[in-house]
Amino acid sequence: MSEAVVETIELTKRFGGVTAVDRVNFRLGERELRCLIGPNGAGKSTFFKCLTGQYPLDHGSGRILIRGNDVGGLRPHHIVRMGVGIKTQVPSVMNGLTVMENLWLAARRTHGWDRCGSEVQRVVDEVGLGDIARRTVGELAHGQRQMVEIGIVLAQEPWLVLLDEPAAGITGAEVERLVNLIGQINKTASVIVVDHDMEFVRMLGADITVFYQGAVLTEGHVDDVLADARVREVYIGNRA
Amino acid sequence: MKFWPSIGRLRWGWFLLGAAVMLLWPVFFDTHTPTILLVWALFALSLGLMWGYAGLLSFGHTAYFGLGAYVYAISVVNIGESTVPLLLAILIPAIVAAIIGAMMFYGRISDVYMGVITLVVSLILFKFMSATAGDQYAIGDARLGGFNGIPGFAVLNVPGLPDVSLFGVPMYYVAAVALLGCYLISRWLLARSFGRVLVGIRENEARCELLGYSVPAYKTAIFSISAAMAGLAGCLFANWAEIVTPSVFSLRSAAEVIIWVIVGGLGTLVGPILGAIVLGMLKLLLSEQTVIDNSLILGFILVVVVLAIPRGVVPALQGWFGKRTRIRTQRAVHVRARRRVAAPAPGRTS
Repeated sequence: MSEAVVETIELTKRFGGVTAVDRVNFRLGERELRCLIGPNGAGKSTFFKCLTGQYPLDHGSGRILIRGNDVGGLRPHHIVRMGVGIKTQVPSVMNGLTVMENLWLAARRTHGWDRCGSEVQRVVDEVGLGDIARRTVGELAHGQRQMVEIGIVLAQEPWLVLLDEPAAGITGAEVERLVNLIGQINKTASVIVVDHDMEFVRMLGADITVFYQGAVLTEGHVDDVLADARVREVYIGNRA
Repeated sequence: MKFWPSIGRLRWGWFLLGAAVMLLWPVFFDTHTPTILLVWALFALSLGLMWGYAGLLSFGHTAYFGLGAYVYAISVVNIGESTVPLLLAILIPAIVAAIIGAMMFYGRISDVYMGVITLVVSLILFKFMSATAGDQYAIGDARLGGFNGIPGFAVLNVPGLPDVSLFGVPMYYVAAVALLGCYLISRWLLARSFGRVLVGIRENEARCELLGYSVPAYKTAIFSISAAMAGLAGCLFANWAEIVTPSVFSLRSAAEVIIWVIVGGLGTLVGPILGAIVLGMLKLLLSEQTVIDNSLILGFILVVVVLAIPRGVVPALQGWFGKRTRIRTQRAVHVRARRRVAAPAPGRTS
């Protein structure tokens, strides 16, 4: 078995008496695309925030390994510097800056001053931000800001990409473009996508990990998982 | 991508014009009042750089201004020659700010809590220095003097020549060079990655952290740089006033510099400078009358500006001129387009 890009061992996160993530063992391989799904309150976003260092781990609450390095006690900027790109649930962009300025700041962390301009242009072309490149991000629609944030992640040239609800609030045509874009990203990076939108998850056609009550309910290919009666019961309510 | 519209750029024409006015001023006018206006402008610039570009509001920036003044006075009394005291007046506020800043920013303290902590530091220094009247409160040969402060210390001299003092017109030029130098340093910082990251932190601290930037390190650095500039301004103030009292740490001084920056305009470097010069001049003029307390008038101006032009005077003017320029450019484009349509193509006859 090849080295895991991300591995969690008995990962647990508690908030007072509530156990949001309960002894989760998870493994993501090289160039793998994985979707995390689950009903509201299932713990997938908490799990995501533990992976990204946004929620610090308590002592004895399991381990998170990224390329074999224990990142349990690290702050988000340390984890990002390892080559991890993170898109948060609510678009986290710099609203007062233009799209190009946002991308420049992302590119500058990993590239020299001279290369930043060409990197920004590459991302603008790749994500299709040409029409809005010089506009202030705060003026843009929600879906456009989602795409800007994905552009920010791409500008860092990460080998591990974590996307939390990338399809939230974007239109049909944009969803198709996003699916293609994630496919492109997956050619060079391992990707974890957290999302509610089942249609979007189907379109990605990847393996799925289903969260329920803080634990992993089941894992497998999208078609197999969605045919699982337990998943239908807890997540889809027998309507799919 | 060489130009960042969110930061702006150094306009050499305006800069050289300002420098020329400063250079020629002593030929025609008195320099005593302009010297203190330049010192206040430098103090406002120090706060404007940190607050306007990194989003860090220090309610008690007078702590570093006052430290610069006291450090200069104490060290020049002990050393005699002014070069080392001048450097200490820049260095010690910077170090103190770096320590306090590191404790705040690595401790994840920000926003209003940061404002409260900086204000408390300033008030502690005010209280402490006011209570140092006895002979036992002395550092070397310098008695701190309690509320009466430290008077009669040596003013700046030409480096290496303790007998050649810089007061009057030379002191004015020292203040002018300090202001222009700090302005250029600020512009240079903002044009580098450092300045751009600061603006990113102002806009979204969490995103900057998720880009891999160490936000506390950047905040501590700009806090320290700003304190160094405030310390230099405090040192120049001490040289202008030739006395240092605890009033340099007072709440009133702390509030004044915030008003200068807000009225002049946050997010610009010129705004705080102009705010300090204009409102500082107004303060001096108002202090000559006894009909109405001048802080009431300054407060009234602040309320009017915040209600009418919340971004401050300079950003509002920039926006207005920018709009006019865009309209003119669009008109010129339309006129050229109409002319092209109206004119027959070369070689064609109707």
